Amino acid sequence: MSTAGHGAAVRIEACGKTFADGTRALDPATLDIARGETLVLLGPSGCGKTTMLRIIAGLELPDAGGKVLFDGKDMTAVPIERRNVGMVFQSYALFPNMTVADNIAYGLKIRGVARDERAARVAELVALTNITGLENRRIDQLSGGQRQRVALARAVAIRPGILLLDEPLTALDAALRDRLRSELNRLLRALGITTIYVTHDQAEAMELGDRIVVMRKGAIAQIGAPREVYFAPKDRFVAEFIGAANIVEAPIENGILILPGGRLPIEGAATTANATVMIRPETIRVAEAGGGTLSGVVDSVSFIGDRQRIVVSGASSKPLNVDAPNTIQAKVGDRLGLSIAAGALRLLPSEP
Amino acid sequence: MSQKSFVWLCLLPLAVVTTAFFLLPMARLVVAGAEGPHGLTGYLAILTEGRYRATLFNTVLLAAATTVVTLIVATITGMFLQRHRFPGRAVLIAMLTFPLAFPGVVVGFMIILLAGRQGLIGDLSNRIFGEKFVFAYSIYGLFLGYLYFSIPRVILTIMAAVQKLDVGLEEAARSLGASPWAVQRDVVLPALAPAFVASGAIAFATAMGAFGTAFTLATNIDVLPMLIYTEFTLTANFATSAALSVGLGLITWLILALARTFSGSGVAAAG
Repeated sequence: MSTAGHGAAVRIEACGKTFADGTRALDPATLDIARGETLVLLGPSGCGKTTMLRIIAGLELPDAGGKVLFDGKDMTAVPIERRNVGMVFQSYALFPNMTVADNIAYGLKIRGVARDERAARVAELVALTNITGLENRRIDQLSGGQRQRVALARAVAIRPGILLLDEPLTALDAALRDRLRSELNRLLRALGITTIYVTHDQAEAMELGDRIVVMRKGAIAQIGAPREVYFAPKDRFVAEFIGAANIVEAPIENGILILPGGRLPIEGAATTANATVMIRPETIRVAEAGGGTLSGVVDSVSFIGDRQRIVVSGASSKPLNVDAPNTIQAKVGDRLGLSIAAGALRLLPSEP
Repeated sequence: MSQKSFVWLCLLPLAVVTTAFFLLPMARLVVAGAEGPHGLTGYLAILTEGRYRATLFNTVLLAAATTVVTLIVATITGMFLQRHRFPGRAVLIAMLTFPLAFPGVVVGFMIILLAGRQGLIGDLSNRIFGEKFVFAYSIYGLFLGYLYFSIPRVILTIMAAVQKLDVGLEEAARSLGASPWAVQRDVVLPALAPAFVASGAIAFATAMGAFGTAFTLATNIDVLPMLIYTEFTLTANFATSAALSVGLGLITWLILALARTFSGSGVAAAG
């Protein structure tokens, strides 16, 4: 693949953003992105992830003191048109007055690439993004998924050092989103460009990201590999934002978490009057009749297909979500024994 | 009452108004145009007779120049006003669109105040160069008046179109390396093309047919509406003025249709 391995390393240094009306969109943040890495900026709307992407793109200037470096070179004052970044927008922003092929070739045309070479590059990208046959279509003749592919092809056609994607799958329906997510993953791996991907969808973040930056209210909450942020969230916000989580507040005595429905051993925890503990629903096992270290009453059962979500009350101060295998028979009102491995309990810092 | 007869009943007022105030007068006009000494060939006079042809040529040229200059001025202004927020913006927009309410007479009056014999420009040039520049009573004064008349109408259309532009399109073009000029040329102007056609058509048609301004400014300006007026009132030449009226309508319609087809196919081919 001729496009592989031309990524740039990105560093943003103390980049904050305060808008003209005084709103602070982003607290000064410092972040290193390795060459060829896929970094996902994840968070709810208004968390500053898009602002950070736009600062890296050159569409926003960071507040004074902030710096953007590509491969160690200061790019802060360089406008987007000279940063050599490929960008995919949430709305795709395809040029409606051009065909698919002209859209993809636009960046090359601007760069003065000869016609033959442009055509060859377009053919290459059309094949890569599975849109062969659509080259002469107008944009309004394309489906959402096709537009997404054209937008991606157009962005990578210029062989950018950095690929920036701003919620590229959000505008699509769920089934298509899942399919395109895997396709995008394969493509990003094949291209090997440094990629910064903004999303509010944690499933997207985990599948695509080498590392995930979880953001909240203009600040970075946690940076880590998908497994790291999932299994070892730094705080309650990250725990609840990534995947499903039961957050339990209870005292710990001598390494034992004391709950209304039973006692659970917990690793590496000192005695505290009020600990905050995360328990992922899939780590809770439904025990044989009469077994288990924790017991409660079934509140509701939702059959999802590959598993079922059982809500158990009385075991903890708040009802516990349990992801149980789809073969277990449980009815509302049944008393259920539960067991949880000691390693599955994750102590979180208590919130102020 | 069936659904169908209800719809027909609702359409009745439209049918009456169309017949009474549009079809009948138009038919009468067309007939009157052929009732001159030359009969149907009276219609060709607009093209065959030198004086008429020159006037037609003048009028089309004036209207075209008005349209082009209006579009240039209004596009730049409209884009700036839509994209920037600054103190006094609302006042400026109000001022620019104020002439919407003026009849042609008032516009003509203002041109006289500006470039007439006692006008501001004449006074100023008299002091500086010792010579009075007076152009209110010529086709240049009329051009200025039509510009003044058309700009507000076009600005509002362009502003609405700019508001609907996806800023992402411009950002995407920039990310691909396009300079500000290239962004305008490749993205913004093509996206505004439908607004140019729509508002340009109004500017053109207005400039072709406007009478009040021309009448206020002078009698020696050769534009079609003035010619129709003089033929009609001064020489009581009903047939010629009717033929000229129909001609004015047809030619304006033809030019607009051509412009629409031309730009329409351009827009369609482009997206």
